[in-house]
Amino acid sequence: MRHLLTTVGLTHDDAVRILDVAEDMAGVAEREIKKLPALRGKTVVNLFFEDSTRTRISFEAAAKRLSADVINFSAKGSSLSKGESLKDTAQTLSAMGADAVVIRHPSSGAPHTLATSGWIDAGIVNAGDGMHQHPTQALLDAFTIRKRLHGAASRGRALEGVRVLIVGDVVHSRVARSNAWLLTTLGAEVELVAPPTLLPVDTHTWPVTVSYDLDAALAGAPDVVMMLRIQAERMHASFFPNSREYARIWGLDEERLARLRPGSMVMHPGPMNRGLEISAAAADSAQSTVREQVANGVSVRMATLYLLLSGEREDA
Amino acid sequence: MSDETYIVRGATLADGTRTDLRVAGGRVAELGRGLSDAGASVIDADGLIALPGLVDLHTHLREPGFEQSETVLSGTRAAAAGGFTAVFAMANTSPVADTAGVVEQVASLGERAGYATVQPIGAVTVGLEGTRLAELGAMAASRAAVRVFSDDGKCVWDPQLMRRALEYVKAFGGVIAQHAQEPRLTEGAQMNEGALSGELGLAGWPAVAEESIIARDVLLAEHVGSRLHVCHVSTAGSVDVIRWAKARGITVTAEVTPHHLLLTEQNAAGYDARYKVNPPLRREEDVLALREGLADGTIDIVATDHAPHPVESKDCEWDAAAFGMVGLETALSVVHAAVVANDMLSWADVARVLSSTPARIGGLAGHGRAIEQGAPAEFTLYDPSASRVLGAEDLVGKSTNSPYLARTLPGRVLWTFHGGRPTLASARIVEQAELGRKPAQEATHG
Repeated sequence: MRHLLTTVGLTHDDAVRILDVAEDMAGVAEREIKKLPALRGKTVVNLFFEDSTRTRISFEAAAKRLSADVINFSAKGSSLSKGESLKDTAQTLSAMGADAVVIRHPSSGAPHTLATSGWIDAGIVNAGDGMHQHPTQALLDAFTIRKRLHGAASRGRALEGVRVLIVGDVVHSRVARSNAWLLTTLGAEVELVAPPTLLPVDTHTWPVTVSYDLDAALAGAPDVVMMLRIQAERMHASFFPNSREYARIWGLDEERLARLRPGSMVMHPGPMNRGLEISAAAADSAQSTVREQVANGVSVRMATLYLLLSGEREDA
Repeated sequence: MSDETYIVRGATLADGTRTDLRVAGGRVAELGRGLSDAGASVIDADGLIALPGLVDLHTHLREPGFEQSETVLSGTRAAAAGGFTAVFAMANTSPVADTAGVVEQVASLGERAGYATVQPIGAVTVGLEGTRLAELGAMAASRAAVRVFSDDGKCVWDPQLMRRALEYVKAFGGVIAQHAQEPRLTEGAQMNEGALSGELGLAGWPAVAEESIIARDVLLAEHVGSRLHVCHVSTAGSVDVIRWAKARGITVTAEVTPHHLLLTEQNAAGYDARYKVNPPLRREEDVLALREGLADGTIDIVATDHAPHPVESKDCEWDAAAFGMVGLETALSVVHAAVVANDMLSWADVARVLSSTPARIGGLAGHGRAIEQGAPAEFTLYDPSASRVLGAEDLVGKSTNSPYLARTLPGRVLWTFHGGRPTLASARIVEQAELGRKPAQEATHG
């Protein structure tokens, strides 16, 4: 694997392979010494143009458990906040000998530009770009679903026939996009549920079904209900009247939680707005996978960095 | 005007007739076969099409204010390379062309450069800010004799202000050229809104933001009995609205850019900012509707929207990149590829949409006339059988933000005559000294 930029076009076999390597990596976390020497001497740069402590420390932990050297480069207080271009930043990192760059950027496509521009030779991992993609989030979600369903027998399996509802602010969500393609590639059936204002205007090329009615969708007894975060800035832009109405119609409240099939999962990429898109009861329920998602994130990111930086490069 | 005499041997006119041309005294002095070449420079035009000098109603020359992107001199050299003999210079310079002083300065820079007639466009509103009318009458009465007014880059969004502008310019035969873009519907917009923008996670620029403004403006033009010109029409729905307006007898004209006739939004899929343009590249069905509209006369002209930008404005992430692409050097080849190669337009149609009609819309005398005895010697010779892979060396303006680099384009402009002299000779720009001009100063001017 040369780069990880998007889940669109990732093959079934590649996706399963990443998840299987992540299983191996998860084993490391259970050892007394949580460290492998696999990436000793490699340099991983976390290049964060947006604040995201959660994602950054997850990548940092992943790289360190593989014995890579980690450099954190964030926008605030750096040359990035002084208007340095992406190109100059990339060339600086290249000159410093970065082997992999984990990039979080507010502009959709920035990781793609970094990977294809020729500015830098490092492997690029997209850690979230604008409204586009967040592939390691989708991989960790897939890993989490697989683990819940198959436990220790997860290796080699995909998500055939698993029914997933993704609920909320789809139009602005890179998590929704990444999952729509990845989970479908793995054999799951994905349904998006949202107010029409928070759905893309045209989804005919997406491998999903779309509806507006959460209660009707829940009546179909899905295996997974993934709630998306509602950003504060949506409240004042007439995407919906107010947070009370949103929570009433599209929130996973206690009453809806009670209707979920036993053994089904409640997922959230975090950070959660308790009481808005998800009730405290749902977030803290036995069905909630929120904490597993965080733990699995490290394993999936270890697998990604390992596959990017060890072994032969396909384009070499 | 030139004292030199040229014989253009065996050119094919837009209507298909073959003829020699004698160029003397700044005019096409004589047409016919076997003209004597005594005392004349002879140009072999066997196999070449002679078109009246192209007229671009929509050019960004960037001077004053953005000389790192383009100057009047470099932009008119690009024009000559593309077969253009006149360009209308858009008003979004710095300072904005919203006073008589600025438009006169731009016109005089054009005269001094000598490569093409530069006709300034005046801003509709002060500073393009959309709140107060600029001094339209003063610009019209100035030495630049402005007749086309546009806030291009921004839409005259306020309906009352648009109504007043349409009415006011009737006093001196002016026309408002509207950049149709509803601003609230396009906040932060990056590309055409549709399935692809949703997948790429780029903020959408919906077709309705263009179509709703055009619909409003044609109705305003009808109500006040004014003439309206619509810049860079980009959607199938816009073509329908304009077709309806024309059928109703409303005096509206419309332009389409070469790139909207050839390229689609699919080019955005790789986040290559050379394809970022405003209005954005649209769907395949829009491209086909625009071609149909141009062929049936709903769309009157092709205009380049030549928009030079420095390298750093395109060599970056998509959101951060500037909108626009250069187009003067490639316009004729792109029109050739999009609508001539498939016989939707004849060469006579090309002469109409790229020369005579834009000159008429803009009220520009001395341009757009058919190549006939006594006409000003403003013409270009085009080799339709050529084919080339476009390289940066083919872009003679200051900027190279062309979407066609490394693409194969048909045809090639070999000669351009302006004011009776070649500005382009055998596909090479004639240097300024040979135009009989003093080299223009790049940075300082009076």
